[in-house]
Amino acid sequence: MSRPSDLVQGTLDLLLLKILALEPLNGWAISQRLKQVSGDILQVSDGSLYPALHKLEQQGWITAEWKATENNRRAKFYSLTRLGRGQLEKEAANWTRLSDAISNVVRLDYPQL
Amino acid sequence: MRIQHWMYELPLRFRSLFHRQRVEQELDDELQYHLDCKIDEYVTRGLAPREARYAAMRDMDGLAQRKEECRDARHVNAIENTIRDIRYALRVLVKSPGFTVVAIVTLAMAIGANAIAFGIMNGLILRPLNVPNSENLWGISYGDGSSWHSYPNYADLRDRNRSFEDVAAFTFAFAGMDIGKDPIVANGFSTTGNYFDVLGIQPYLGRFFHSSDEHGPNSAPYLVLTWAYWHAHFQDDRNVIGRTVRIDKHPFTIIGVAPRSFQGTVMFVSPDFFMPIVNHQQVEAEFRLDARGNERAIFELFGHLKPGVTRAQALADMNSIGAGLKKTYPNQFANNSSNLWRPGLSAFGGAARAFAGGVMMLAALILIAACMNLGNLFGARAADRSREVALRLAIGATRARILRGLLTEAVLLALAGGAVGLLGSVVLLEKLSLWQPFGGAPVHIPVTPDARIYFVALALALVSGFLFGIVPVRQVLRTDPYQVIKAGSRGPALRRISVRDVLLAVQIALCAVLVTSSMVALRGLVRSQHSDFGFEPRNTILVSTNLAMVGYNAEQTVAMQKRMIEAVETIPGVEHAGLVNNYPPLVYASAVKVSIFKDETRDLIPANVAARTYPYDVSPRYFAAAGTRLLAGRDFTWHDDRNAPRVAVVNREFAVRMFGSVAGAVGEHYRLQSGARVEVVGVAENGKYLSLTEDSQPAMFLPAVQSPLSASFLIVRSTGDQQQLSENIRAKIHGLETALPVDTNSWNAYLEIVLFPARAATMALGVLGALGAILSITGIFGMASYSVSRRLKELGIRLALGARRNEVLRTALGRSFKVLAFGSVVGLILGILASRVLASIVYQATPRDPIVLTAVVVAMGLLGLVATWIPAQRALSLDPLTLLRED
Repeated sequence: MSRPSDLVQGTLDLLLLKILALEPLNGWAISQRLKQVSGDILQVSDGSLYPALHKLEQQGWITAEWKATENNRRAKFYSLTRLGRGQLEKEAANWTRLSDAISNVVRLDYPQL
Repeated sequence: MRIQHWMYELPLRFRSLFHRQRVEQELDDELQYHLDCKIDEYVTRGLAPREARYAAMRDMDGLAQRKEECRDARHVNAIENTIRDIRYALRVLVKSPGFTVVAIVTLAMAIGANAIAFGIMNGLILRPLNVPNSENLWGISYGDGSSWHSYPNYADLRDRNRSFEDVAAFTFAFAGMDIGKDPIVANGFSTTGNYFDVLGIQPYLGRFFHSSDEHGPNSAPYLVLTWAYWHAHFQDDRNVIGRTVRIDKHPFTIIGVAPRSFQGTVMFVSPDFFMPIVNHQQVEAEFRLDARGNERAIFELFGHLKPGVTRAQALADMNSIGAGLKKTYPNQFANNSSNLWRPGLSAFGGAARAFAGGVMMLAALILIAACMNLGNLFGARAADRSREVALRLAIGATRARILRGLLTEAVLLALAGGAVGLLGSVVLLEKLSLWQPFGGAPVHIPVTPDARIYFVALALALVSGFLFGIVPVRQVLRTDPYQVIKAGSRGPALRRISVRDVLLAVQIALCAVLVTSSMVALRGLVRSQHSDFGFEPRNTILVSTNLAMVGYNAEQTVAMQKRMIEAVETIPGVEHAGLVNNYPPLVYASAVKVSIFKDETRDLIPANVAARTYPYDVSPRYFAAAGTRLLAGRDFTWHDDRNAPRVAVVNREFAVRMFGSVAGAVGEHYRLQSGARVEVVGVAENGKYLSLTEDSQPAMFLPAVQSPLSASFLIVRSTGDQQQLSENIRAKIHGLETALPVDTNSWNAYLEIVLFPARAATMALGVLGALGAILSITGIFGMASYSVSRRLKELGIRLALGARRNEVLRTALGRSFKVLAFGSVVGLILGILASRVLASIVYQATPRDPIVLTAVVVAMGLLGLVATWIPAQRALSLDPLTLLRED
């Protein structure tokens, strides 16, 4: 239960983008927020969070800057770029389509049985 | 989308690369912050600080791995690893300087040889003429299939064709140039007025002449100088434009200077000047612009094809014009074939192409051999380093990573070798392009290096780096770290035939091919210098004069030439003196054949030609002076003049072909193209006329008095000091005619030119052969010393058990010798097969020559001895005690 591949492929990216779409956050705050919004169902290990963030930054979807936190320490805050916003829309749409399709399959009745 | 993406990514990449410390620090800080928060959280939940810390670390699932993943996410690792590989490779290479130097030198030689070979090919074939749009410029021949044409034939093609933008033509002009000092001989081109316009070049100074300047014979006394001639004889004087100089006594106005990069339209020949062909009669009295039968008027035609016209269409067009001309002028025009070729190479195209191709091929062999050589060394080194490889594998390096390291070493070496080789080849090519192989002759070799050569060298370096870099791949892939570390670096036992043996054998075979080729070429050259030319070039001085340069007419010419011969004969030490019009045999490779007919033939048309023969117009005593033996009949006398019946001396080939035998030829008759009936009065031995490689060709000698020509060579045979004699001859002739330019040179000096292809081939093959020899030495040496060092312990034990010296040697080096012998035999056979190619360049280059075969065998044996000497010494001087104590 450590790698992001334990989540549905690409889901972690979507989650991170979505969370950052609301407000710029640092890594710790993102992990707290993840836990908070998804409860214990989607567990993302602390370790796998950062490579994912760095990958998103490298893609140009999020950008980082160093700012002071509320307890007055410096931390790296990530925020969504314009490029990232487009990506979020695309991935969200994809996700909706996929989850709809899966729901439909799961809800299928088999009258013969 | 992509571009936007890069806008974000590029700065990050640069930061990751160039501010590595800071980026790393930030990564640490970021993760540390997370960790601190986590610890705080655990502490709040009631864990002891120490416990909290452990728990937080556990949650991170390995801090170092996470960092590595972050770096991977940034793509930093790929670049950084490469940099690290390079650093590591450099350290390894510096640590073994011997190996590094050998490898770089080997590659430098191989890549340098290839760069030079390519430079030659580039200069001679790929980039024929230094003019704009040269890829669409074609040399043109129609009619009898040679490049020579008469002026009317040229004019008809120019005006009637529908395929060419325009057609220009030129021929050679040899003239006395009088610029106010002593007249000197200058070599130029007589060109049609549109010559420069067709080429599309602009003058460096002044203007060029154009079609509009031509108004019939001798109407355009204009002169364009080449940059080099202007530079050498007018000291870069810009006021030269408008100046009048005398060419063969006729005034010409200098109107322009050609650009420096333009050296005429014949490869290897750099003219001094360009003059309009309409004035050519002023430098060659016999020249007639309007003589259709004068097929020697124009050397070459060329022009650009119109857009959209294919080569085939142009050929059809030319053929139809040729067919039309043949119909109109059946006696003066033969229409056999049409052809288009790269202009500039017409005279040497085949030979140059064969030469460049051959050298290129052999150079490629050198490179392959060098790669195999280095591949072998690399394999051996990898084997020696198997412990290091095993250790790295054991502590977690991937095999791919190790291979990348090895490949980096190979490519670094290849690039270094390539750079050194390229540098050397550029220097050599520059030298070669400035080289004037024959003192007076206007010859240069256009092989200035250009960007293509740099590119080729780089590509070769990379390719060869990869080639020899992949040799140890299998070895590394199979390495079992556990076994290697347990058993030491000895590795598995030698197999019967290893990949490295095969590589070495192939390499030696290739080198033996090169050695064989160079021996064959060398032998051919030696033979050609001592072969029978049909004359005796030793102790002979050739005196070149052109009486047209001092304005003599035909009558005066004959009288003057006779006086010159008589005057020279009075010089002490002179045995014989004789004269030949135009050029003697083999001088400037200038012989051209003419048609002759049977006596009974009445219709002197091309279809009835009995033979094509080289014609020479000679004075009495020419044969004695040239050292040509008369086999039957008599020599000419001064009485065989215009009033006497036409007579000829023919060579043996002519006599046999026309009349069946030498004895039967004397007294027989035949006809010339002019219709004149000629009686054979003598038969001379066969000789070489155009080139050393030709088969026996028919030749005829006619009395010079019966067809006088102002340009002639006086052949002077003497036993005295040649230098002194030359001065005496010049003094004597100047006593008769002060203003006449006189050139003296030994016949052998002129033969340099016909020997040049053989010389060049021998030189090139000699160098390549030497490279091949060096490569086989290093190859065998590498293998022998490796096998000795690898089996030191075993040899020590054998010695300790009482093995004799020759047994030790056999154990240590037997394998190397077997490989050497096998490779040499294969190479010798291949070399003999390949030498057929050489025969086309090098006279009498036959590989089935016991001397060549012996020389190759001895050479390869010696190479083997040299290469195994040091390893053998090492094996013999082993001290078993020391050895067995070690390790």
